[in-house]
Amino acid sequence: MTEPRWFPVWRRNFLVWKKLAIPSMLGNLADPLLYMLGLGYGLGGLLQSVDGVPYLHFLAAGMLCYSVTNSSTFETLYSAFSRMHVQKTWEAILNTPLGLRDVLLGELAWASSKALLSGAAILLVIWGLGLQADFVLSLALIPVALLTGFCFAGLGLAVNAVSPNYDFFLYYFTLAITPMVLLGGVFYPPSALPAWLAAGAAWLPLTHAIELARPLVLGHWPDRPLWHGVVLLLYGVAGFTAALGLTRRRLLR
Amino acid sequence: MPLSPLSIHDLSKRYGGIPVVDGLNLELAPGCCHGLLGPNGAGKTTTLRLALGLIAADTGEIRLLGHALPDQGRAARQRVGVVPQSDSLDPDFTVRENLFTYGRYFGLRPAELAGRIPRLLAFAGLEGKADAPIASLSGGMKRRLTLARALVNDPELIFLDEPTTGLDPQARHLIWQGLRRLLHQGKTLLLTTHFMDEAERLCDVISVMDQGRIIVQGSPRELIRAHIEPHVVEVFGEGLTAWRDRAARFCQRCERVGETLFCYTHAPQAVLVDLDGRHETGLRYLHRPANLEDVFLKLTGRDLRD
Repeated sequence: MTEPRWFPVWRRNFLVWKKLAIPSMLGNLADPLLYMLGLGYGLGGLLQSVDGVPYLHFLAAGMLCYSVTNSSTFETLYSAFSRMHVQKTWEAILNTPLGLRDVLLGELAWASSKALLSGAAILLVIWGLGLQADFVLSLALIPVALLTGFCFAGLGLAVNAVSPNYDFFLYYFTLAITPMVLLGGVFYPPSALPAWLAAGAAWLPLTHAIELARPLVLGHWPDRPLWHGVVLLLYGVAGFTAALGLTRRRLLR
Repeated sequence: MPLSPLSIHDLSKRYGGIPVVDGLNLELAPGCCHGLLGPNGAGKTTTLRLALGLIAADTGEIRLLGHALPDQGRAARQRVGVVPQSDSLDPDFTVRENLFTYGRYFGLRPAELAGRIPRLLAFAGLEGKADAPIASLSGGMKRRLTLARALVNDPELIFLDEPTTGLDPQARHLIWQGLRRLLHQGKTLLLTTHFMDEAERLCDVISVMDQGRIIVQGSPRELIRAHIEPHVVEVFGEGLTAWRDRAARFCQRCERVGETLFCYTHAPQAVLVDLDGRHETGLRYLHRPANLEDVFLKLTGRDLRD
């Protein structure tokens, strides 16, 4: 069987990552873990329960999605930008038989893989603390993490394509990622928001990821799983399509 | 008549209405080193990118190793090597890993690459550096590695975009040796450079580009013979302005650049005698045969291009 054309690009990133895997994974894990323990126990101590479950249990799915989103976004912004703009890795690859689509598909697959890994690390913590209501159901968090990673990788690559420098990414974090984390249901149920704000938040991709992940931790099948899945898929595909066109304009005109 | 490795016909490319490549024709002969010379902005790098099928032309036809571009670029690039202008080695990998990873982009199998990499390291004179990180290499070593990387797919044609820019003379000589070895192996080279001595030494054919088109073409000797007087007397020092009026009597063509007057002539005797007679005035000179740089400056002008 021949490997897909984008695979050598994925493998290149994997081989670099392998050299620094331990510190990289610790870094990925530390942030969401601190949030989870600090807020889960700290804030959780003050709250009777949220949506009928202890706060730490409620927070777990939010942290998983937050971690996946961050991991995928960092990879497609800062790391991909280094490879595209600073190290000229993409230009070197474009001189070979591989095309821009192969490069971007490789990056998309790689960022999704890293996101999956971050999600899996949080899932291990969830299992370790016994936060899941149903072990078998919690296994479905793995494809949810992959799909969420794909969605934010597509969006991240589109932002990368138009970025003049590293500073530009701060806008994306301030204007897109942070509002999603604060409004999308990571820390509290969206029902706590005023109706108009909740209606707006319903459009955000992270909201859909959490709608899928939270029930899976709490032991029941999500409402409308297909709908949420399709929304994440569409955001990812739209982002990737835009990324391909915009990066082509940037590098190959 | 063997197939031309690269044949370009009536190629044009505009950016924002400004022609960067403007009706360019080029035909490479197999096994030759072809030099593409031109001032900055002449369109050399754009021509290389078009010739690799990376960007689409507005008009014109390109055949690279028999493949029509840009549609069959992928198949063509399978048999082409590229040494880009700016360093694009992977800083996270060692020397060997750089070659290995790059080979994988061509679909080469690990076993094949394991066989090739020692030969490539030997070619680049980097046998002892196989496991060294890129950051520990000198500028010359990095360029040699970039050249070795371009050979990982055993290409028939190699594009070199200013391969020795920024290198010291020793490092440049090593690169030239490598390029001559490639020519002995029957590879075709397409080279852009700003160093006229490099072009004169290596190239069988030179195309001088300006404003997106090729203005002259020929071997270095032919170009010198056809476009410039064989002798050059460079005159400088005190009293140059006063002497300048006399120069016209002895020389076919004179050109003042900064502090130096370049006198081009078929018969240098008269001007040398006149200058020797004024030795004590502080006027000094250098008599040398005309070279490619004289041709280049005559054809493309001495104005600064930025």
